[in-house]
Amino acid sequence: MSFLKSIFDKPWDYQGEDPGLTGTEIAEGLHPKRIALRMFLAVVFVVFMLFIVAYYIRMDLEDWRPMPEPTLLWINTLLLFFCSIVMQWTRGAARLSEQNKVKWGMVVAGAFTMAFIYGQVSAWEELNNAGYFLASNPANSFFYLLTGLHGLHILGGLWVWTRSTFKVWSGTEVKAIRLSVELCAAYWHFLLLVWLVLFALLSYT
Amino acid sequence: MAFVVALVFLVIFSVGFHFWSPWWLTDIASNWGSIDNTILITFWVTGFVFVVLNGFMAYCIYKYRYDKNRKAVYEPENHKLEIWLTVFTAIGVAAMLAPGLVVWADFVTVPEDAHEVEVVGQQWKWSYRYPGADGVMGTAGNEYVSASNPLGVNPDDPFAQDDIVVEAKEMHLPLNEPVHILMRSKDVLHDYAVAQFRVKMDMVPGTVTYIWLEPTVAGRYDILCEEFCGLGHFVMRGTVVVEEREDYDAWLATQTTFAQTQAVAAGNAQAGQGTYAVCAACHGQNGEGNVALNSPKIAGQEDWYIRQQIEYYKLGARGTHPDDIYGAQMAPMAAILVNDQAINNVTAYIDTLPDVNAPETVIGNLAVGADLYQGKCSVCHGKEGQGRWGVHAPRLAGMTDWYLVRQLQNFKQGVRGTHPEDQLGYQMTHMVSALADDEAINDVVAYINTLQ
Amino acid sequence: MAYIPIADQTDEMHDPQSFITKYIWSQDHKVIAIQYGGIAILVGLLALVLSVLMRLQLGFPDTFAFIDPADYYQYVTMHGMIMVVYLLTALFLGGFGNYLIPLQIGARDMVFPFLNMLSVWVYLLSVIILIASFFITGGPAGSGWTLYPPQAITEGTPGSDGGIILMLASLAVFIVAFTMGGLNYVTTVLQARTRGMTMMRMPLSVWGIFVATILGLFAFPALFVSAVMMFFDKMLGTSFFMPAMVSLGETLEHTGGSPVLFQHLFWFFGHPEVYIVALPAFGLVSDILSCHARKNIFGYRMMVWAIIAIGGLSFIVWAHHMYVSGMNPYFGFFFAFTTLIIAVPTAIKVYNWVLTLWEGNIRLTVPMLFACGFIFTFIHGGLTGIFLGNVTVDLPLSDTYFVIAHFHMVMGVSPVLVLFAALYHWYPKVTGKMFNVTLGKIHFWATFFGTYAIYLPMHYLGIMGLPRRYYTMGTTDFLPDSAQTLNANITLAAIWVALFQLIFVYNMITSLWKGKKADPNPWEATSLEWQTPDNPPCHGNWGAELPTVHRWAYEYSVPGVKADFVPQNMPAEDVETIDGTPYKGHDG
Repeated sequence: MSFLKSIFDKPWDYQGEDPGLTGTEIAEGLHPKRIALRMFLAVVFVVFMLFIVAYYIRMDLEDWRPMPEPTLLWINTLLLFFCSIVMQWTRGAARLSEQNKVKWGMVVAGAFTMAFIYGQVSAWEELNNAGYFLASNPANSFFYLLTGLHGLHILGGLWVWTRSTFKVWSGTEVKAIRLSVELCAAYWHFLLLVWLVLFALLSYT
Repeated sequence: MAFVVALVFLVIFSVGFHFWSPWWLTDIASNWGSIDNTILITFWVTGFVFVVLNGFMAYCIYKYRYDKNRKAVYEPENHKLEIWLTVFTAIGVAAMLAPGLVVWADFVTVPEDAHEVEVVGQQWKWSYRYPGADGVMGTAGNEYVSASNPLGVNPDDPFAQDDIVVEAKEMHLPLNEPVHILMRSKDVLHDYAVAQFRVKMDMVPGTVTYIWLEPTVAGRYDILCEEFCGLGHFVMRGTVVVEEREDYDAWLATQTTFAQTQAVAAGNAQAGQGTYAVCAACHGQNGEGNVALNSPKIAGQEDWYIRQQIEYYKLGARGTHPDDIYGAQMAPMAAILVNDQAINNVTAYIDTLPDVNAPETVIGNLAVGADLYQGKCSVCHGKEGQGRWGVHAPRLAGMTDWYLVRQLQNFKQGVRGTHPEDQLGYQMTHMVSALADDEAINDVVAYINTLQ
Repeated sequence: MAYIPIADQTDEMHDPQSFITKYIWSQDHKVIAIQYGGIAILVGLLALVLSVLMRLQLGFPDTFAFIDPADYYQYVTMHGMIMVVYLLTALFLGGFGNYLIPLQIGARDMVFPFLNMLSVWVYLLSVIILIASFFITGGPAGSGWTLYPPQAITEGTPGSDGGIILMLASLAVFIVAFTMGGLNYVTTVLQARTRGMTMMRMPLSVWGIFVATILGLFAFPALFVSAVMMFFDKMLGTSFFMPAMVSLGETLEHTGGSPVLFQHLFWFFGHPEVYIVALPAFGLVSDILSCHARKNIFGYRMMVWAIIAIGGLSFIVWAHHMYVSGMNPYFGFFFAFTTLIIAVPTAIKVYNWVLTLWEGNIRLTVPMLFACGFIFTFIHGGLTGIFLGNVTVDLPLSDTYFVIAHFHMVMGVSPVLVLFAALYHWYPKVTGKMFNVTLGKIHFWATFFGTYAIYLPMHYLGIMGLPRRYYTMGTTDFLPDSAQTLNANITLAAIWVALFQLIFVYNMITSLWKGKKADPNPWEATSLEWQTPDNPPCHGNWGAELPTVHRWAYEYSVPGVKADFVPQNMPAEDVETIDGTPYKGHDG
């Protein structure tokens, strides 16, 4: 029953509870937390899209001076890519309820993520030392702003990650945190996607 | 049933208000009668809908008022009716939109024979620039702005040299000639609006915006800033004078070119010393002022301010109001300074005088004064009362307080700042409206005394 | 595939134990709704006081020494921002959204009660930050609620130091609160409807709130983005929006930024924001009209489609706020076109409200008076919107009193009348007590006439060219003295309206004690919230078993049925028909 089809219903034309249309019981794949996460990621996506639009508009003005991207960013990208792969692997393990694999999968993914954050901060330092300050040019401002926000977004994810990892290490059954692990995986894929878009934007302009 | 009566009453009242209201569009003074037509089309279409819909609602509420023996009609929808209503609405909307778009196409297309004028906005006044003899407007930008080049004209641009710079409240336009008005801002957003012209546009720092129009009625019209631009938004006013071509040309001929404004040599203090002897008679050897002679302290005052006031006295913009007795004494003195060079020399000499704070004579409530000063005055005159050239606000701290009191009273009573040639004083006439009475004036001046 | 019951889930239901968990750190959507509503109304009253101060200055310039220009612009700014964001958005979505969504779709609570609780406390934090700006040196922001740079953060504007920073911070915090609430509302509507409650059986209130929440989730990011960038410009010296400029004689460090970019971002939020407020109002008023007219809402499907269409279109009309902003003037063609398209679904909604009254059986109760008053003011405000949406007509009218009159009519008075209608309508359900009807009627008449007396004349001042945001007009060559007289009278009307709001506050508070005990379904309404086993509904809303829905929410005056309404959850066999035959719906 698609949404589009349903809004052509004439609700006064039928009586009774019509269980085919009920929302009381829903497939587990559509757990409210999943819906909420999708909505949230959509909102974050809009935030980044708007920044990107602003970036393009600002780029056309005459004082824009492109800034070089440190090669470190390629390594960071690779790190984040690994995070995503490990998360996906952990997710598979969680489905099969393999406690140990989930334990270590979460830790490794977290470690890669922190390495990514460390890498990003190092990239900032490198640029700052080379004289590319936040306020010296709009291209620089956007670079720091976008990478910074992406970093904050990661920190938000790490908070959920910490809770799930703590739980799985303290002996909670995998079944109980399977949803969290799956949501974490989705979140990390999104992080990677956003980063790839941002990185492409920053590199090619 | 009171509600039905109320609805009918409000509809009749609204229609009646429209017909009896003395408040309506001002008499148009430009070619944009087509804009008025779009307003009128929209007004009559929407007015009709307003009366019909509300009338129908009143009828329904009356006809179908509650009756416990009756049942409402069950009618979930009526597709045919809804489609008709949609179609009619769409046609009505299109009828209002189409003329609007046609007129807008006119508005964005500037006629080729339009002559150019530039309007420059800043907090909180207008300035203007005309292209000069070569008919080409030189380039300009905020990066060139300085005290001696307030409009930021590019000094290296050969086309800019003959541009006519009008640092005044008033601009002139020739009658019945299309004009392409280019707009720049030195600081924040402003909006050039003349009610009788109908068209307006924001001025955006960093870009040049435009409107075009053809003035069709000679006269003087108020220019208002209609985009909020900070504390002094409401004092940002100007005047546009629409006149016959000859009068316009004559006015333009009296204005100075950009090159001329840059050519006046810096003042020579030694040359000014001789001239100052005349001033010293009243203002004192050291420019300290003399209350007995009603002469304020001038030592330490900003030179651009002194220069400007001398010019006003020469022009008659100050010292000519019948109630300005003390100003009348100054007017003939200013005439001694024959040209800009002489004025510059004497202000240069005044700059060298020792700056000693004037004695305090005014007593007032400091707490009230502080509140008044920091809320109203400090944004232009500075938090320390030090003055600011950018907004043409003189220094107040350490100057003669009784003089400040008198000038505030003059502004309030319209003795000062109302002369059309006084291009900046008008701002003060609006600002002092916030000082309710003499007590408030004393309070604020007493507070200014503490800023030293 | 495994199925889990959502609407009835109890694992996340925290039964309140003590006073604190029951009323302070409550996770019950009804308590949270009241908290949201209470905070919003309090801060709204503050904004009302600010508007009166503002009107005093405009009506009687040179009279009130304590209002200086800086104060005046600060009142203007705070009044606007509070009313639009902290009152209307919060009260419609945080207040009514929270209260009505679970009750009208038959859920026990929101799907994320803890997040819901966080939402209200974060909202309170944003309000505290905003109010704190009144107490810092320099005072609150005075840049106008649109916060246009460069002036919002340069020295010539009151509150451009601390005030604007607190304003931006408060907005960012508000957006966090809204997002937490919004995710909740959307997910709850999608996932927690009770058995039989299809999307098209939902009352229009839920539709309005649902679509408005989605708009909010995607529109507030634009405000967030512009606030972050402006914060960087102010605090870190970047030049996103800040061009090279000479501020009060001082050349600033900024170069090359685009103030118009800010406006695009701001209005990309700002226009949907209008509908974030309007759509819930449309929904609530539809339900109130239908119930008190004892007739089904006319053209339910059209109403739903119109809500969705308006919501979608609202994202492609933003630049009609910017016709004279100095953006590329060719944009004017596009945005005038899209803007006037919106007039069509909006007009359909108005027609359907009026057609709901047609052949109805109208009870002019207090909520109904407010709802009908809304139709009048909304017609007025909607029609003047056609002036401003049409790019050419907007030229002389933009930035004048006409704009003020228009948006106060359509976005101030109209939603507020709906708020009053809704507050009176659901008061018996929320509190279990009946309000004082006489006071309610006095409140209606004073507000309805008073607001019209304020805003009708304002249109004419605007047509004449009276600019907005002028501390004092002084003398001009085109405004007659009578304009000032009119302005003074508008101020008197404003004071009148403000005073009569005290009656409303008094009525709402004293009826809690003095009010008669209310019938569980005093308006004989069909939707689920009126069918709760307890009145007011207790924690968990439905007692042991969730209701089952058998029909849509507008089964009023069905032919052949004894009563003039059939509740949504009443099984067909329980419906008493006139001829005793089993009930099959209106046409079978």
